[in-house]
Amino acid sequence: MLKLRNIYKTFNAGTINEKRALNDINLVLNDGDFVTVIGGNGAGKSTLQNVISGSIIPDFGNIEINGLDITKLPEHKRAKYIGRVFQDPMLGTASDMWIEENLALAIKRGENRSAFKWMINSKNTTFFREQLEKLGLGLENRMKTKVKLLSGGQRQALTLLMSTLKKPDLLMLDEHTAALDPKTASLVLSLTDEIINKSNITTIMITHNMRDALNYGNRLIMMDQGSIIFDVKGDEKKKLTVEDLLKKFNQTKDAPSDAMILG
Amino acid sequence: MNIGSLLGAVGQGFIWGIMTLGIFITYKILNVSDLTVDGSFATGGCIFAITSLAGIHPTLCLFIAMFVGGICGFVTGILHTKFKIPAILAGILTQLGLYSVNLRILGDKANVSISQISTNITFFSKLLNIPHTRAGMLLGIIISLICIVLLYYLLGTEFGASIRATGNNEKMIRALGVNTDNIKLFGMILSNMLIGLSGALLVQMNKYADVGMGKGAIVYGLASIVIGEVFFRRFSNFGIKLMSSVFGCIVFFIIRAFVISLGLKANDMQLLSALIVVMALAMPIFKENLNVRKVGKINSLNEMKQMSTADQLTKEKMDKRNVTEVGGGENA
Repeated sequence: MLKLRNIYKTFNAGTINEKRALNDINLVLNDGDFVTVIGGNGAGKSTLQNVISGSIIPDFGNIEINGLDITKLPEHKRAKYIGRVFQDPMLGTASDMWIEENLALAIKRGENRSAFKWMINSKNTTFFREQLEKLGLGLENRMKTKVKLLSGGQRQALTLLMSTLKKPDLLMLDEHTAALDPKTASLVLSLTDEIINKSNITTIMITHNMRDALNYGNRLIMMDQGSIIFDVKGDEKKKLTVEDLLKKFNQTKDAPSDAMILG
Repeated sequence: MNIGSLLGAVGQGFIWGIMTLGIFITYKILNVSDLTVDGSFATGGCIFAITSLAGIHPTLCLFIAMFVGGICGFVTGILHTKFKIPAILAGILTQLGLYSVNLRILGDKANVSISQISTNITFFSKLLNIPHTRAGMLLGIIISLICIVLLYYLLGTEFGASIRATGNNEKMIRALGVNTDNIKLFGMILSNMLIGLSGALLVQMNKYADVGMGKGAIVYGLASIVIGEVFFRRFSNFGIKLMSSVFGCIVFFIIRAFVISLGLKANDMQLLSALIVVMALAMPIFKENLNVRKVGKINSLNEMKQMSTADQLTKEKMDKRNVTEVGGGENA
């Protein structure tokens, strides 16, 4: 369970460029919630995700995961609880290392790494092969291929697998299909949905695409100017249409970006 | 170049190869340029000279040199990771400071001779009844092989893999729970330990320590890595990559011996090694320019082929006109 209480974050405070990125954010995610987050540029989506992942420390407020206060925990210590997939397919994997090695790195997420134990052994190799088979991309036959030889979509699918190889308490997807072509994006999205549903992982998915935000997840949050302006769950979310969302957007000061209208 | 100087060069290559392994860790694996080398190499050597002159067993002195080298790396590492000073500058600062430290270690003397005392090399030389340089080469081979095996093992472990991943994609490995600052600090310590050890072995080989002995070491190391890559470009095995940097170092010192036998001075090697590194780093740009030029040539060839006879006729006419114009000019 993730709890955000009274989160504030201001950049360049006291200067002419002062920007209040997060303004009293209160959010409670229940176990198994799959939340999609939408909002215009500068709405605070990325800041929200950075505050949760620990690359930005909030000015005020606190963050809890499973009852544990992680507000002041550095990024690398939160990794124990949080799995992440980034927007840039290059960021989620080590390109000069094998697929197998990347998975071996990921399975130890947040754990101590032994300086004596060989990282690849026959036991985890079989496990990795099984997991890769489930992706259905044929990567199980390329375990010793360097990741830089994979396409963006394959890399993003691999990152997704890596972030969930050891079940995280929270999975954070930061526009993880934005850099992919439409066909690959929908493939990666359906893989995402499959993995999340199968293991019942609590997930935050930031997206620019309204249709994806509506099609996936059981809850939708809309952000504007650092605040959550709309929060729907369950049946109410199922009834929601793109037009409804656009209407909501038009009520805000910022007009929606092209990607949203097209989405 | 006779066989004696060739073997001498190979011996030097193995000893400096240990330093190259150290540079390989920071420059290639961690993707950080650590310029502490010139300082920590000399520090290792100076510490070895002084401690062994004080009557401490030479093998123990090697470990002391390694330890002190590690401290040098620790200083640069702290400057870089905790104070956020760019790695290159942090290394230069440490290196600069170490010059004074090294002078202090040697008791304000520019060099100290250890020809009177017995070292690991003299031990081997007596034991096997071989000349001093051969014994030095033997020790260099043994220690560099041990280093390669240990590094290969370490980098294959769970912890070692996170070192490689830190050099490859820092953000990713941090998201997987690794404190990348600590990894970099560890890498710099390990690297400078090997560099200090290499300096100490060189002092054993040369029988004297000099405050300036590390000058240009970083460039020698980089040149060696570059040369090694030329020979073993096709191999992706990690052990071979480690070996290739030692091999590159041996080739480098053979080139050096060859250049000296041609009548150049040993000091000219600094310029030559700088040129080698420049060439290696500039190579990708040269290649690209070459490709662009090739494409240009092909395009102009195609244009010529496409040129119709009519075009050629007009071209001939124009040429004629040019001639008459030029002629007219002459008349005027």
